[in-house]
Amino acid sequence: MLILTCPYCGVTAEETELQPGGEAHLKRVGPGGTDEELEAYLFDRKNAKGVHFERWRHAYGCGRWFLAARCTVTLQVFGTYKAQNTHPPSDIVDSIRAARPDWTPDWTTT
Amino acid sequence: MPDAPRTGRYSVFAIAREAMRQHKGWTRAWGNPPPRDRYKVIVVGAGGHGLATAYYLGKNFGITDVAVIEKGWLGGGNTGRNTTIIRSNYLQDPSAAIYNKSLSLYENLSQDLNYNVMFSPRGLIMLAQTEHEVRGYKRTVYANNLQGVSTEWIEPARLKELVPIINLDGPRYPVLGGLYQARGGTARHDAVAWGYARACSDMGMHIIQNCEVKGIDTEGGQVRAVETTRGRISCDKLAIVVAGHSSQLAEMAGFRLPIESVALQALVSEPIKPCMDVVVMANTVHGYLSQSDKGEMVIGGGTDSFNNFTQRGSWHHAEETVRALIETFPMLSRLKMLRQWGGIVDMTGDRSPILSTTPVGGIFVNCGWGTGGFKAIPGSGWAMAELVAKGAPGPLAADFGLNRFREGRFIDESVAAGVAH
Repeated sequence: MLILTCPYCGVTAEETELQPGGEAHLKRVGPGGTDEELEAYLFDRKNAKGVHFERWRHAYGCGRWFLAARCTVTLQVFGTYKAQNTHPPSDIVDSIRAARPDWTPDWTTT
Repeated sequence: MPDAPRTGRYSVFAIAREAMRQHKGWTRAWGNPPPRDRYKVIVVGAGGHGLATAYYLGKNFGITDVAVIEKGWLGGGNTGRNTTIIRSNYLQDPSAAIYNKSLSLYENLSQDLNYNVMFSPRGLIMLAQTEHEVRGYKRTVYANNLQGVSTEWIEPARLKELVPIINLDGPRYPVLGGLYQARGGTARHDAVAWGYARACSDMGMHIIQNCEVKGIDTEGGQVRAVETTRGRISCDKLAIVVAGHSSQLAEMAGFRLPIESVALQALVSEPIKPCMDVVVMANTVHGYLSQSDKGEMVIGGGTDSFNNFTQRGSWHHAEETVRALIETFPMLSRLKMLRQWGGIVDMTGDRSPILSTTPVGGIFVNCGWGTGGFKAIPGSGWAMAELVAKGAPGPLAADFGLNRFREGRFIDESVAAGVAH
């Protein structure tokens, strides 16, 4: 049973209280996007084997969407954070690197 | 060990002959050769779909310079983890075509492969337990009859005759009828992989186990070779047939797939005397029930809903499945469950498979069979072999290309039944 802490209401919730929402940090394609970009946004997924950032909703709690960093191989949870973050915050990155020294972020913060 | 041992034909005469010499004449069913430097076609994944692809490449197109490489052991992924259900009662025409081709091939597979895959067309019922399902399955019956797939709608009284152990009057999940496909059934899942492997090996193909792909070399948008834990192997064409790890192989080749991997689980009871001679699927509660030839009740469950590469499933999903099934099959409450396991299934958005060319020349993918790949093995291999041999899809695979996502031509089997298949 996966256990995640909702960063909004602070409740430590079991998986059955939550609803998963797939890959996080997808960038919406604007009106000027090409067919390829729209297809990639709608369908293509990293489906990472290892560190994965994903959306969850505290469905049977406060009802809000939040984000989680989790390993899809071991189910280890590295932390949860608010959905307003456009990238995983530094404390999440630190906790991932503590557990997975080989892992490097694949985004650039600007 | 020889490069590719010939096993000779299995028959009653072979058994009689071996009985006379204390069974010393049996040879291994397939070879264990070291990989060569180069093959015309490399198939990644020695599960049912990969081996069937190789088999029909040889049988239908005469291409036998083929290696099937596998990171673990043959048939050790989803081929050995499913609940062996075979049916073809899908809603959309392209699905009906490929699954019905598959069912037709299963009907003669033991003869074709000279290997007993124990195909048992015992009939299959999909229970309708809500008004939505009643309407949905009646619609599927009409569609199937137009497609030439013979299915029928049966009322609860007839259902009770076919499945005496069923309880029709559950307060939460009453049985309102069912979709019956008399040609559906089960087969022995390991035997399907073993039979194809033996036939491939007999044609001179190499089956290379414990050989994990670590990288894919491309040059000028064309595949050149795969880097494996047993060295570099060159190829003209590469078929990626790896189910739950399709995204990882695609990433090595430099493209992404509309696939997400989740865990699907099953469990099996202690063996009991024969009590149910059809397959019963309860899609509303994600319970898929049949009795194996050993007497175990085989129960397929639901999927974890988050991305997952752990082949084990989760306790609360097993509980949900069993809790709901006990209402419909009260006798299950007295059974001990012996084993529980999971497999990693590759889900697409429209719950239909992908048989497609890719952005890289010479690379073909066969994936996205999701929770229902076993039934499709022969048809999938048949269509994939044509795709690989000709470089372009034939009629069975044409609608299952990757381009359907861009063009919005979904083959929607998720809404059709309200659940994943």
